[in-house]
Amino acid sequence: MRIVLRLLVPVLLVLLWWTTSAGSTSPFYPPLREVLAAFQESWLFTRLGSDLVPSVTRLLAGLLIATVVGIAVGAALGRSRLLMQALNPAVQFGRSLPGTALIPISVVLFGIGDGSKILVIAFVCLFPVLLNTVDAVRGVDPHLEDVARSYRLTPAQRLAFVLLPAAAPQIFAGIRTALGIAFIMMVVTELYAATNGVGFVTLSARNSFDVPQMWAGTVLLGLLGVALSALFLVLQRRVLSWHIGMTERN
Amino acid sequence: MLSVTNLRKTYGSGGQAVEAIRDLTLTVDKGEFVCIVGPSGAGKTTMLKCLCGLLKPSSGTVTLDGAPVTGPPKEIASVFQDYSRSLMPWFTVQRNVGLPLRNRYRSAADRAERVATALDAVGLSGFGDRYPWQLSGGMQQRVAIARGLAYAPEILLLDEPFASVDAQTRADLEDLILRVRDDTGVTMLLVTHDIDEAVYLADRVVVMSARPSVVLETVPVDLPRPRDQVTTKRLPRFAELRAHVLTLIRRTALDGAAPTPDQHSTIGARR
Repeated sequence: MRIVLRLLVPVLLVLLWWTTSAGSTSPFYPPLREVLAAFQESWLFTRLGSDLVPSVTRLLAGLLIATVVGIAVGAALGRSRLLMQALNPAVQFGRSLPGTALIPISVVLFGIGDGSKILVIAFVCLFPVLLNTVDAVRGVDPHLEDVARSYRLTPAQRLAFVLLPAAAPQIFAGIRTALGIAFIMMVVTELYAATNGVGFVTLSARNSFDVPQMWAGTVLLGLLGVALSALFLVLQRRVLSWHIGMTERN
Repeated sequence: MLSVTNLRKTYGSGGQAVEAIRDLTLTVDKGEFVCIVGPSGAGKTTMLKCLCGLLKPSSGTVTLDGAPVTGPPKEIASVFQDYSRSLMPWFTVQRNVGLPLRNRYRSAADRAERVATALDAVGLSGFGDRYPWQLSGGMQQRVAIARGLAYAPEILLLDEPFASVDAQTRADLEDLILRVRDDTGVTMLLVTHDIDEAVYLADRVVVMSARPSVVLETVPVDLPRPRDQVTTKRLPRFAELRAHVLTLIRRTALDGAAPTPDQHSTIGARR
C-alpha cells in the first residue's frame, strides 16, 4: 500500500510528460519516446564507463576529502576556542565564496583535469561538514567527558569513542548537505571545462542540437541524484543505528 | 586511605566568585563505607569532583595513600548521578563496561572476561548486547556500577547514584551496593541527600553544611551488619541516628554554614 502511494505521483508525472510530448513538434520538447531512446543509446551502457563513472568518481573523491578534512579541522576548532578565533574569519570567508566562482581560478591554476574538479568540489563541500562538526563537538555533553577523563581514557580514545560518536548525528547532517552541493558542483565543473562526464555530454548534446540527448542527460542526473541520496541514507542508517533506535524510543 | 585536608573550592573570581566549599577535612579508610549527606546545593558534587581529580581545589589537598591527587587516579572509579548521561548510547552494555579497561588489558578476551564478571555481579548477565537506552533506569545505573567494578578500583565514588530511580529500585540498588562491598571489600564513598539511605548504608555519615560547605559532624553508624531494609530500619538506633542527622541538616539548611565546624562531636556515637 505504501509503495503504491509512493509511486503514484512519479508515475502520473511520467504519464503527463508522455502524453503532452507525444505529439510535440517543437524541436526543444521532443516526445518522451525519443528521449528514452536516446537514454538507452547513450547510458545503457555505452557512456556509462566513459562519462558516468568519471563524474561519480570525482564527486565521491571531492566529498571524501571534504569529509575527512572537515571532521579533522572541525574537531580541532570545536575543541580549541583559541584556534576557532584565529581561523573563524578565514572559514567565514571561504564559506561565503560561491563555489562556481572558484572554477575559473581552479582551471587556470590546475587545468581542466580531474584534480582541478575534485579540488573545487572538495573546497565547497568542506564548509558544511566543518561547521557542523565544530558545532557538534562543542555540544558534546560535559558529563560524558567527565566519565572519559575519570576513567583515564587517552586523548585518542576520547576522540574515537566519545567525541566523534557523540558528534556523529550532526556530522552526518553536514555531510548530507555537502552531498547535495557536491552533486551541483560535479555538474557545474563539467559544464565549464571538461572532456568527459554526464554534465559534459549533456552540454555537448545541446551544442550539437541533439535535444533528446540533452534531455536524456538531464534525466540521468535526476536519477543519479536520487540514487546517491538513497545510498547515503542506507549508510547513515547503518552508522547511526544507535541514534535512530534511541530517538524512536523516546 | 583517601584523605582530604582543608579543601576549599571557589568558582569564578573577584566579586562574581562563588564559594562552593569553604573547608572540608575528612579521611576515608580502606574498606570503609562513608556516606556524605548535606542539603541541596551543598557542593557535594563539587567535592566528589575534587576527590576524583576532575576538579582542581582552590586550596587544600587530596591525597590517596599519601600521594597527592592531581588528576583522575587509577585507583578510583566513579558512578555518576545521571546514568542517562554517563553511559555511551552508541555502545552496547558490554562495550560501555569494557571501555575503561582498554588501557589495562591488552587482550580483548581478558577484557570480555572482566566485563562478564562485573555484569554478573550486578545481575545483568545476558544483557551485554543490549544498548543502555533499551534498559530501565535502574538497570542503566547497574551498568554504570558494573563499569566501576570492572575497573577494579580501591575506591568507588558514587554521586547520588540512586537519585533518579523509583523507591523500590532504589532499595534494590542499595542492597546491591552493600553486597558488592561485602564481596569485593572495595572502599565506598557515596554522596546523597537522602538521610535514610546514608544511615542505612554507611559505617560513618559525614554531614556537610549548606554552601559554603564545611563538615558539620561525622556520625559513626553503629548499626549491626548485615543490614536489611526491614529489620535495620526498624531498629530504634536507626531512628535515633536518622533523627540526629536530620536535625543537623535542617539546622544548616536554615542557618547556612556554621562558622566554626565541630568535626569531633560525639553526639551521634553511643559510647
